[in-house]
Amino acid sequence: MDWFVYGFSALAIASAIMVITRRNPIISALYLCLTLFCLAALFVLLEAYFIAAVQVLVYAGAVMVLFIFVIMLLNLDPEKMIVEYFQTPRMISVISALLLFGFLTFVFWTNNITGERGYDFPVQITQGGGHLKAMSSKLFTTFLLAFEVTSILLLVAIVGAVVLAKRKV
Amino acid sequence: MFISMAPLLVWFERRVAAFIQDRLGPNRVGPIGILQPVADGIKLIFKEEFFPALSNKVLYFLAPCISLFVSLFVFAVIPFAAPVEINGKILYPQVANLNIGMLYVLAISSLGVYGIMIGGWSSNNKYSLLGGLRASSQMISYELTMGMSVAAVVLFFGTFDLQKIVETQSGFHWGVIFQPVSFFLFLVAALAESNRVPFDLPEGETELVGGYHTEYGGMKFGGFLFAEYLNIVTLSGMMVTLFFGGYNGLEWFSNLVDASPVLNAVIQFSAFSIKTLLLLFFFVWVRWTYPRFRYDQIMRLGWKILLPISIGNLLVTAMLIYWGVF
Repeated sequence: MDWFVYGFSALAIASAIMVITRRNPIISALYLCLTLFCLAALFVLLEAYFIAAVQVLVYAGAVMVLFIFVIMLLNLDPEKMIVEYFQTPRMISVISALLLFGFLTFVFWTNNITGERGYDFPVQITQGGGHLKAMSSKLFTTFLLAFEVTSILLLVAIVGAVVLAKRKV
Repeated sequence: MFISMAPLLVWFERRVAAFIQDRLGPNRVGPIGILQPVADGIKLIFKEEFFPALSNKVLYFLAPCISLFVSLFVFAVIPFAAPVEINGKILYPQVANLNIGMLYVLAISSLGVYGIMIGGWSSNNKYSLLGGLRASSQMISYELTMGMSVAAVVLFFGTFDLQKIVETQSGFHWGVIFQPVSFFLFLVAALAESNRVPFDLPEGETELVGGYHTEYGGMKFGGFLFAEYLNIVTLSGMMVTLFFGGYNGLEWFSNLVDASPVLNAVIQFSAFSIKTLLLLFFFVWVRWTYPRFRYDQIMRLGWKILLPISIGNLLVTAMLIYWGVF
């Protein structure tokens, strides 16, 4: 079991590195799919089957398909794309990467993740009637507000996309 | 077992097509031409493996593999018969009995579009690319309808477990009686997902030469063809499982012969196969009945008609369950 965890983690990290080093955007996107697939496999190993299925369904099956679709439709020249889109905001990306790195280090150093917190272990979940039940009862009681706010956030994103697309050029 | 269905289906499709068009169809190789797909397969294997110039070779090779992988994997969760107890061990007549079976089906089949997209893009041909783009937009659009119709069915049966869904349908309490709208939506979405006429725009030969597999030849083309037919088999199997009682329906026969557990499983398996075959015939029948849609018509049908109907169907089902009608 452990070896599967290490294998899939290594594969996920390796393909994540490939995502940012490949020049061709489509190849990058496909490596991103591989990363997401490995994450789904890790979820399966953690016995979170529902999250694994949703991970594949939503990210690999829907979001990434749209990404690749758009990239294919634009048919961007890889060299041109680097010049146009990735040259100017270099400072911003460096700063945000440093911020993210600092935040993660902070979390690890303050030992907020001990691996023992939480009260839903696989055994209790199975006794309580399966993953779906455990997940949905939490989602619609304890985290109802967050759940609804997220859906409004998505709605705003959709409306924003429509507004941007419909604007006269 | 079900891999062998795909070549048979090729022959079946050509024979039925010929029957509908008042012809004979392939009838030379073997009795009534049943060995025709074997001959075709041998021909495809012995063809030269070529790669078009400037194509991305790895992806070009990977695309039919992905298509095949996806259509084979979905079948893993479809139950052919009820669990059999032999010598105290309970055997499940399906590859994997998952309690999120239905979600697994949706998740894996949503990956099917990759094979076609990558195939279309890596061939470095504008017709292939157009075919791939059409396929991906069409499959994304109809996946939503399919997911929504399945959601209503899952709500009705109260479980994602396919084995349990089939158990609930014993005694002719078939899903199609309680969820006719879902069945209709699933049927249309299945036709669209498998890229069959009238939704075969990704390979519309009058406009796009051959669509995403224009540049493919030999067994790599065979892979795509095989995946397409396997998809049809899988989708028919899904429809039988969700709407036509799965392996139920021949209980009277097993009672008649007082069947042992193993024989009972065989009878259930035949019930499942007969229903699947009837649906396969339906798929072929549709192909030779309807003309192809125009591209904008397909998009309008998917987003403006089928999706609202499926959401409404889901709402009505949820309300009926809340009021305790079901």
